[in-house]
Amino acid sequence: MAVLLLIFGYPVYRLLVLSFQRQSAGVTLFAKFSNYQTIFSDPVFIQAIQHNLALLICVPIMVVVALLLSIFLFERIRGWQFYRTTLFLPYLLPITVVGLIFSYIFQLSGVLNDFLNLIGLKGLALDWLGSTKLALPTLMFVIVWKEVGFGIVLFLARLMSVEEELFDAAKIDGANWWQLQRHITIPQLSTVIEFFSVISIITMLSWVFNYVFVMTGGGPGNATMVTELYVYLMGFRYNQMNLAAAVSVLLLLVTGVFIFLELYLRGKSEAVEAIT
Amino acid sequence: MKRRRSIGGFLGMSVRQILVISATLLSLFPVYFMTVSAFKTKSEYIGNKWGLPQSLLLSNFNTALAGEKFFLRFANSTILTVGAVALSSILACLAAYAFARMKFPGKRFLFNLILSLMVVPPVVMVVPLFVSMVHWGLVNTYQGTILIYTGLLMPFSIYLMTNFFQTVPHEIVEAARIDGCSNMGVFWRIMMPLSSPAIITMVVVNALWVWNELLIALVFLQDDSKKTLMVGITSFESRYSLDVPAIMAGLTIATLPIVALYLFGQRFFVRGLVSGAAKGD
Repeated sequence: MAVLLLIFGYPVYRLLVLSFQRQSAGVTLFAKFSNYQTIFSDPVFIQAIQHNLALLICVPIMVVVALLLSIFLFERIRGWQFYRTTLFLPYLLPITVVGLIFSYIFQLSGVLNDFLNLIGLKGLALDWLGSTKLALPTLMFVIVWKEVGFGIVLFLARLMSVEEELFDAAKIDGANWWQLQRHITIPQLSTVIEFFSVISIITMLSWVFNYVFVMTGGGPGNATMVTELYVYLMGFRYNQMNLAAAVSVLLLLVTGVFIFLELYLRGKSEAVEAIT
Repeated sequence: MKRRRSIGGFLGMSVRQILVISATLLSLFPVYFMTVSAFKTKSEYIGNKWGLPQSLLLSNFNTALAGEKFFLRFANSTILTVGAVALSSILACLAAYAFARMKFPGKRFLFNLILSLMVVPPVVMVVPLFVSMVHWGLVNTYQGTILIYTGLLMPFSIYLMTNFFQTVPHEIVEAARIDGCSNMGVFWRIMMPLSSPAIITMVVVNALWVWNELLIALVFLQDDSKKTLMVGITSFESRYSLDVPAIMAGLTIATLPIVALYLFGQRFFVRGLVSGAAKGD
């Protein structure tokens, strides 16, 4: 308990204090909201927020991909256990390693472009990480590639615990594949889908530092700047601890909203379970 | 078996098989690329990026191991992983025992609080922790970093162990009590041995997390002799910018422990990670 307080409780307090302070000629002053005003007038910070929001597009993509693949695996296609093992592997690899490998794959003279040239699609061989337009979508691809395995395993585990009779009954009633998924699979999975979505939203807003740091460093320009990197650069490169603290407070508030959403959903589903 | 034929309807079995196989190839390709590149010469890599290497060249591994203080980084990562995992496991088991088997005021609230801490992003904690750690003189020390990791690992560990302890039948505990076992006696002699599968799960998942962690290591261990493997890897790129095979060899060595751990303890991973979500299932 003491460790928890030390690592979570006290820092939050310090964070709040720091975010309202300002250093001036070696003296710490109370700064009211000026730190917050400063960061909101920084176009780089606004860009960072926009990029985090853009990353949210990954969430529905991940849910759909994970849903499809887990349903296919659940239908016991040949070798499904092997596929489960390999599809989950990316989730466990260090982002640092994965990011570095992908940056060589997506280089201008990288594997992907070599391959595209070979099959005669020279026009598609683009500068995936070096152009301001493409860097963020490329980053998204890598994030989806890595995080989707968790969804697959999560959905599959839940599907395995659904009673077979439900599926059998629907089939006897003559349900086709789509109807079966729509009326049985998806309702049965709704709680884990909610959970996975909330977790992924939090990931996109505040757990993507490693990807960005390793693959693009926020560049080219500020094309892939995200709030976490902004905190890191402010705090540890430009020595603006107070500004970094203000951004952290905002980030904490936003994640806090989603954490409560998750707790609320969880509480609701528990209540439902208790009643039925 | 019956299911397979009856829902074949819209998407044929072969279409599904193709989709799953392409997804699998896609998830394996980077690992494949890393491994084959690690065995190529520089010129071979430039001429033939995605094919198999002509021969199994090992000199890249020598280059990778020689540069960037590879063994030192490896040792640092190991120290942090072992330290943080051991400390958090012991503390989490004790806390979980209290949550699962004792009555105290505010228990429900505290437990929910811990649940929510599971997803607090580390980046939010980095700034204030850094200020505090500077104040306490714990920057660039193993102890300070282990302490931070321990704190970050606790919520998940407590959650996992509490859920598991709750499934231990009350009768066993009662029987031990009648035989004169104290609270700590019950904990060490009954709970811990019965929970070994859950404990292994916790250790494996946490070890992976610490090994892969970058941000905290980057900020709190800036001293060159204290840098971890993952931090070292981020500077690979600039160091050997032209020697891609050497970089890939280094990455291969850094990944090997994880892949080995995964193949050895796959069921523990899956169980541990899924348990965070599938409560009551």
